[in-house]
Amino acid sequence: MDNLVEIENVSFSYGDRPVLKGINLTARRGQVIAIMGNSGCGKTTLLRLIGGQIKPDQGTVKVAGQVVNELKPLDLYSLRRKMGMLFQFGALFTDMNVFENVAFQMREHTKLPEDVIRDLVLMKLHAVGLRGAADLMPSELSGGMARRVALARAIALEPMLVMYDEPFAGLDPISLGVTGNLIRRLTDTLGLTSLVVTHDVQESLKIVDYVYFVSEGIIEAEGTPAEISASNLPFVHQFVHGEADGPVPFHYPAKPYESDLRLGA
Amino acid sequence: MSTIVRSIAGIGRRTLEGISRMGYATRFFIAALMRSGTAFRRFGLTIREIYFSGVLSLIIILVSGLFVGMVLALQGYETLQTYGSEEVLGVLVALSLVRELGPVVAALLFASRAGSAITAEIGLMKATEQLAAMEMMAVDPVARVVAPRFWAGVISMPLLAALFSAMGILGGYLVGVVLIGVDEGSFWSQMQAKVDFEEDILNGVIKSVVFGIAVTAIALFEGYDAPPTAEGVSGATTRTVVTSSLAILALDFVLTAFMFRGIS
Ligand SMILES: Nc1ncnc2c1ncn2[C@@H]1O[C@H](COP(=O)(O)OP(=O)(O)OP(=O)(O)O)[C@@H](O)[C@H]1O
Ligand SMILES: [Mg+2]
Repeated sequence: MDNLVEIENVSFSYGDRPVLKGINLTARRGQVIAIMGNSGCGKTTLLRLIGGQIKPDQGTVKVAGQVVNELKPLDLYSLRRKMGMLFQFGALFTDMNVFENVAFQMREHTKLPEDVIRDLVLMKLHAVGLRGAADLMPSELSGGMARRVALARAIALEPMLVMYDEPFAGLDPISLGVTGNLIRRLTDTLGLTSLVVTHDVQESLKIVDYVYFVSEGIIEAEGTPAEISASNLPFVHQFVHGEADGPVPFHYPAKPYESDLRLGA
Repeated sequence: MSTIVRSIAGIGRRTLEGISRMGYATRFFIAALMRSGTAFRRFGLTIREIYFSGVLSLIIILVSGLFVGMVLALQGYETLQTYGSEEVLGVLVALSLVRELGPVVAALLFASRAGSAITAEIGLMKATEQLAAMEMMAVDPVARVVAPRFWAGVISMPLLAALFSAMGILGGYLVGVVLIGVDEGSFWSQMQAKVDFEEDILNGVIKSVVFGIAVTAIALFEGYDAPPTAEGVSGATTRTVVTSSLAILALDFVLTAFMFRGIS
């Protein structure tokens, strides 16, 4: 069982608007996988499918050999104990301070004594550079700090699979580098598997093992960082170099600009 | 013609939506009851919520109770005096409070003070993905967030109603005895003699428990079901206050009809 995550031919639509149209993706144990794609292409949706929060219309999502979309609620919950997720907007519990946020799962799922919990939480917070912020409330954190706390919370119980939804957004270059290295280091030392949704091409190419590009609901390109950097595919080239013109449209589908502005009317 | 058809179709659609929402609310309520284990096993969670919805409602409940009792004594004295029976003022004040005003007004205040806060809190937790994050951490939000708040409301409500009535009686005493000068002995002794434990006090407690269940269940459901946006949460908060106030008054009528029918 080398593959921790196997996504086969998965389609998903919100109402009658298709978002994913036959995605295939695998993540081997111990790998850091990057998922890239333009805004609104369905990356968050993909993570929610893996976490079992939504079910695919078609296809299978397998984590650790179990088909997530067919699990009964109790089995899904026991699988989720081994998953960590960093939400795109942090999703910290606003009625608890930073310390309690990170301690949440330890209190809910373990019977660890208080002093052990304290040490573990402070270690996690130290790893994201926020040990000194343990007593702050989420409302007292900046956006980047909140995201780092959410990261500490996602790895609190050292799950086998961690999903990071844009861990680098809103971070300064220093925290960004540290966070990237942290994800790599955690994956290596704890033997986790990491799925990183990101727009930060340069940073992620440094730390990941494999990259998937999502576009128009399918995997448009994939490869190792070296392959991606050297790729001549127009799609990948446009993305890696951040060009406005190319196969990836910047605009959400719309009527022609002229007719929308009623020029000539 | 087509407007008539459309408006009839609209009525049908709203009715169906209403019914399916009722069904969803009932399932939600049952789920909250079934998953109440955590709320009792880790009673600290419930205590915390009793603090937020009960203790923090104390001020408004106590002050309102005092004033309602004072007004009751003023109005009651006016009427009783014309029949020369001021000495039953204590009975009038106490019965009005424990049977009706205590449970009903305390519940109305509780709905607007604590119910709206519960809806807004849960709605915001949903809008900011805190509930989804909890689910992803394999913690059931219905068991961890909803059930403790539900039981806290059910426990707080009768206590608040009792305090409301007690403050009301104190207010009645202050106005009736201290201010107007009704005989103190008859004020209290008539009250003791005429207020029955089962008929009056127990029925009042039953009412307030029912109101507590209704208000908290409505507040929790509206929050949990709120569209995850700012307007969604504010709309849900308004609906909590409106729906639970109507529910309190309607339930009060039904309960009163059953409880006090045979009493002279
Ligand atoms: N709850 C929802 N209901 C309806 N449509 C939704 C919902 N959530 C997302 N969508 C739609 O699905 C598409 C994919 O959304 P998703 O959040 O997965 O994008 P994303 O790739 O994570 O984008 P970003 O990089 O901006 O976070 C979007 O076009 C969005 O409009
Ligand atoms: Mg997203």
